[in-house]
Amino acid sequence: MNDYKAPGLALANMWVGFIAFAAAVLLGVYQVVERIDLVPALKSPELYFGSVSTHGVLMGFVLTTFLIMGYGYYTATTSLKQPLWNKPLAWFGFYLAVIGVLMAAAPLLTGNAFVLFTFYPPLVAHPTFYIGAVLLVVGSWVWCLEMIMSTMKWKKANPGETIPLAMYGTTANAIMWLFTSLGVAAEVLFQLLPWSLGLIDTVDVGLARTLFSWTLHAIVYFWLFPAYIAFYTLMPKQAGGKLLSDQMGRLAFIMLLVISVPIGFHHLYMGPFQAAGWKFLHMTGTMLVAVPTLITGFTIIASMEIAGRLRGGKGLFGWIGKLPWNNPMVLATGLAMLMLTFGGFGGVINASYSMNVMIHNTQWVTGHFHLIFGGTTVIMYFAIAYYLWPKMTGKELHSNGMALKQLWLWFIGMLVLTLPWHQLGLDGQPRRISSTPYDAELVEKWIIPEMAMIVGGVILLISALMLVYNLYRTHGNQVAVAVPEVEYAEPVHSIARMPHLMNSFGFWVGLIIVYLVASYGYPIAQFFLMETFGAVPWSI
Amino acid sequence: MQDPLKTLCEDPLERRWVWMSLFLAVLVGFVLGLYALSSNIHPPSNVETIDSTRLHLTEEFAEDNLGVKQNEDGSLTVTMVAARYGFFPPEIEVPTDTPVKFRMASADVLHGVHAPYTNAATMIVPGYVSEFTTSFPTAGKYSFLCNEYCGLGHDSMWSRLTVVDKSAGGAK
Ligand code: HEM
Ligand SMILES: [Cu+2]
Ligand SMILES: [Cu+2]
Repeated sequence: MNDYKAPGLALANMWVGFIAFAAAVLLGVYQVVERIDLVPALKSPELYFGSVSTHGVLMGFVLTTFLIMGYGYYTATTSLKQPLWNKPLAWFGFYLAVIGVLMAAAPLLTGNAFVLFTFYPPLVAHPTFYIGAVLLVVGSWVWCLEMIMSTMKWKKANPGETIPLAMYGTTANAIMWLFTSLGVAAEVLFQLLPWSLGLIDTVDVGLARTLFSWTLHAIVYFWLFPAYIAFYTLMPKQAGGKLLSDQMGRLAFIMLLVISVPIGFHHLYMGPFQAAGWKFLHMTGTMLVAVPTLITGFTIIASMEIAGRLRGGKGLFGWIGKLPWNNPMVLATGLAMLMLTFGGFGGVINASYSMNVMIHNTQWVTGHFHLIFGGTTVIMYFAIAYYLWPKMTGKELHSNGMALKQLWLWFIGMLVLTLPWHQLGLDGQPRRISSTPYDAELVEKWIIPEMAMIVGGVILLISALMLVYNLYRTHGNQVAVAVPEVEYAEPVHSIARMPHLMNSFGFWVGLIIVYLVASYGYPIAQFFLMETFGAVPWSI
Repeated sequence: MQDPLKTLCEDPLERRWVWMSLFLAVLVGFVLGLYALSSNIHPPSNVETIDSTRLHLTEEFAEDNLGVKQNEDGSLTVTMVAARYGFFPPEIEVPTDTPVKFRMASADVLHGVHAPYTNAATMIVPGYVSEFTTSFPTAGKYSFLCNEYCGLGHDSMWSRLTVVDKSAGGAK
């Protein structure tokens, strides 16, 4: 009986994500072509900003949320070996989120919501855009509830046992997202929605941006979490080895949960409405978030080394060549790690209290997050899909060779797209522009990187189509899957009794609340303590 | 002393790596912080409110009062208004190696400003006054580009900043 695993639910969620992804990649290619002032026929700020708004929403909110939900549902059932806590409710959450996406799409496609995925008040969108966003978020909260309740149900049934690492991470992500999404939920429910409906006249833009920043950093860890979970719990087994340490994985997940929510403030470095002391404090908090990533880098590379040596690798680096690079999960992990390393360097610049000013809102920033998010995170989404599709459909993957080529193309395309993109930023090009009517001296420097970006975009488009084709064809494959069970990696030494703190969440939730109040309490309260002047809605 | 991480993590090699990661993060934060403080670089953070719909009625941001002003100590103050789709006044000239304090306000939506190759940048938020101080070591023509999406004409929102050699006596 495969029924308790709910593969249909997971597949439905993930397909919505990948369809959104394919559409968004097409828009991405349009954007890089439009922006360069070589094809006058393509010039249109309406189309461009409509496209960027849609591309950002589809990639940032739709692909991610649905993929995380699908992967989470399948992880919950397969790692806990029990049915979901409440399957009908999970389907309800799915439909709610889909309706939300469709509602947000209507004003996006008809030119009534060109406010970009970060909302940008006092620019205003049609109310259905905000309502759609709320439904999508509420749908994701249903998922959070499912994850938490499934884990609690399992704990009750298995007293004293250790929660499987994959589910520990997934639950940590669900809890983190509940905290993270509160900021944007408050902004939309108390400010933007009533204001777009005309119930209130003005919004305080400083407060709106502060609330959005609450969400803006940890949301990237919400997106990244599945990649880390796959690193720790799927990759080592696929590489033919073991996970170096189960506890390091837990430690990294806990750190992500606790550290990442209260540091979104660094998105306000350039905002005049927050004081310098707070910004400085938050820089220190931001630096700490590198710690779980460094821990992960160590554990994952060490786990790969274990696998390589088990397969007969000798010497300092001999193990690298022995790894099964023809396994999509292993290949994607290697490529993701490389992109994470490049991107991490850029991230330190962004996080810096003093250096950020040189690159703030230039194309450096868009280049940076395409590399980490579009690169590291999304390539692991691919690997997860390649690994789970056969389990979920009961059919072997249509073509492993195509999957490997697809991953390589994605990696190469990302580098070709994002390296010149960083250069554009250093040469001062602002982000979110559809044309370049500036000083000729400045604009001349931008042409070559922009051309290179088109090449990168086309490579990525080909890669994206290969992914969707391969997954689609898998459904019709005649060959039944050889290993129908999800094989979770074993740790090198298993812990007889996990310390309570690493097998529960109560203490950590308390810690987040304290940290959040300390870091955001006054910066939010100040807007109610001083006289502020709200802004009326402006159309684009 | 017993390693406080011991309860969380048994393997000594792993614990060493956790400590190293922590050390690395703290070190990077420390160096960046020290650098910012010692060279007195701060992001724009004055937290000062203003009614953006009535800028023209304030003394500071009234049309006739915008532009470059010399202060008694020899430094300059530049007052500017950002409004869709331009910065006013559209041409600013300042001398090299002179502290310039920029004060900017938005008359409508959110804007931003950045002069490429310099650290002159701030977000310009309706309801708030932005302020930052910098100086320009190299003479030349610079551009102020709007770097926050402000509507369909966002791309065309830019103005000119000219930095003239101080010894050539460019400042008025
Ligand atoms: C063919 C591949 C892609 C191309 C050519 C592309 C291109 C672009 C361009 C030109 C922009 C606008 C930059 C600006 O002017 O500010 C953009 C924005 C964005 N892209 Fe992509 N992109 C691609 C893939 C992706 C992927 C895979 C993701 C993430 C999963 C992603 C997420 C985003 C986000 C979140 C934005 C921000 C939208 C905004 O500024 O409001 N993109 N992309
Ligand atoms: Cu952030
Ligand atoms: Cu503007």
